[in-house]
Amino acid sequence: MSNMINTMFDLRLLDDLACKDTVVHRLHPLVKLLTTVIYLIVVVSFDKYEVAGLLPFLFFPVLIINLAELPLVPLVKRMLPAAPLVLGIGILNPVFDHQVFAVGGLTLSMGWITFISVCLKCLLTVFAALLLIATTGMNNLAAALRMLRIPKLFVLQLLLTYRYISVLLEEVSLIWRAYSLRAPGQKGINWKVWGPLIGQLILRTFDRAQRVYQAMCLRGFTGEYNTGSQKRLTLWDLAYLAGWSLFFTLARIYNIPELTGSLLTGVI
Amino acid sequence: MSHHMTEVKDIHYVYPDGHKAINGISFRIHHGESVGIIGANGAGKSTLLMLLMGVLLPSQGEVRVGDILVTKETLPFIRQRMGMVFQNPDDQLFMTTVYDDVAFGPRNYKLAENEVEKRVQKALEMVGILHLKDRAPFKLSGGEKRAAAIASVLSMQPDILLMDEPSSALDPKSRRRLINLLKKFEHTKIITSHDLDMVYDLCERTIVIKNGEIAADGPTPEILRNAGLLDACGLEMPLALQGCPVCGERKVRKLTG
Repeated sequence: MSNMINTMFDLRLLDDLACKDTVVHRLHPLVKLLTTVIYLIVVVSFDKYEVAGLLPFLFFPVLIINLAELPLVPLVKRMLPAAPLVLGIGILNPVFDHQVFAVGGLTLSMGWITFISVCLKCLLTVFAALLLIATTGMNNLAAALRMLRIPKLFVLQLLLTYRYISVLLEEVSLIWRAYSLRAPGQKGINWKVWGPLIGQLILRTFDRAQRVYQAMCLRGFTGEYNTGSQKRLTLWDLAYLAGWSLFFTLARIYNIPELTGSLLTGVI
Repeated sequence: MSHHMTEVKDIHYVYPDGHKAINGISFRIHHGESVGIIGANGAGKSTLLMLLMGVLLPSQGEVRVGDILVTKETLPFIRQRMGMVFQNPDDQLFMTTVYDDVAFGPRNYKLAENEVEKRVQKALEMVGILHLKDRAPFKLSGGEKRAAAIASVLSMQPDILLMDEPSSALDPKSRRRLINLLKKFEHTKIITSHDLDMVYDLCERTIVIKNGEIAADGPTPEILRNAGLLDACGLEMPLALQGCPVCGERKVRKLTG
């Protein structure tokens, strides 16, 4: 909690990363968005007992993170908020799944397989979404969504929510600092003042959001977020999309680790 | 030059909670004039600026920019003519880079991207922060943020600049740089501030507001030397006009020359 301001700066890390100029960053936002959507659909389409088949999909984030020169640790940190949710969903699988399998004389519930599968899917999907934002930026992503004819209102909602997260956090950090300076030696915030503090936070955030909105209106904002001229789709963009789509489809149809294993052991 | 004139006729504004913030204010500001609006906390300065910009609409009376009445329908036009710099630049800068922030206004007016680029370049050059164009606004210093906020308004090429406490939270050097910068602008300037030394340096005319009404309106040197008036309005003579704390000598004559 005391690192609130650091967290806030971290929050803008994705924006900073999106400003880089690499092979991946230069791609058309629409292509990156579509590739990620296809990737997500293919990953979640796997059966709940599938683990090996998912492994080739690690190739996508690994390659992107290297090509886009992104730092691994801060991105992994950003995945952590999704972890409790997935653990909550998957942790009871070993208890409720009555099917069993044996590994080296040890009998285990098939639930463990589904648990690993859920965790792997979470890892892949959340990471893919983070990579999309870190290589495209929220504004370009919004422009790509608009190109897909997603209604203005939804795109705006998304953009403003993203913008106001930092506004909310700034207010939280100010209130937290003011509180902790006058309540030395306390761990956390006394439950008795939660009500007034949260009420205060909401009012202050409203106020702040209102001022940001006024500043936008005064500069001619009418609901459309204009992010400048859009790049044109190039052959390279299309090749990127086609290449990854082909890879995802092949990896979905054929179990690549199994095939490689079979080849190596000479069964085929 | 009547099309650049700003006219306020007997405006009143009551906040939804019943607080009467503005009680019958009237004035006329001509093209190229530089006007300081001063008053104690809660006197109604910020509300007045909001009324001028059409963020709030008066419950009674009218505001005219040029020949155009400020109403909901005329707001897009009014806002192209008038640019407002907020008290807190963080409220004004919300894009990911300084360039995008300065380009936000022109893009909203659907200008071609090469025209947007020209305007951004010019605005950033005017405030002297062209080298910061690719930086994230939240990483700038206070003075740089203020300059970026001013550039974000200049890029819309307004005729009239409104500023709410432009020198607040600036260190002395940044404050002086800001004053010198504002002196160079030929725009009509309407500045609210508690920094009376800045008002003395920048504005030839001053309007004093007290409890939502005009307490005085006249040439700045005359108003800022009227200690009785300033005291009654919760203000104090600017340091530049006060006597020397060591020898007690009055500097007024020297300064006003």
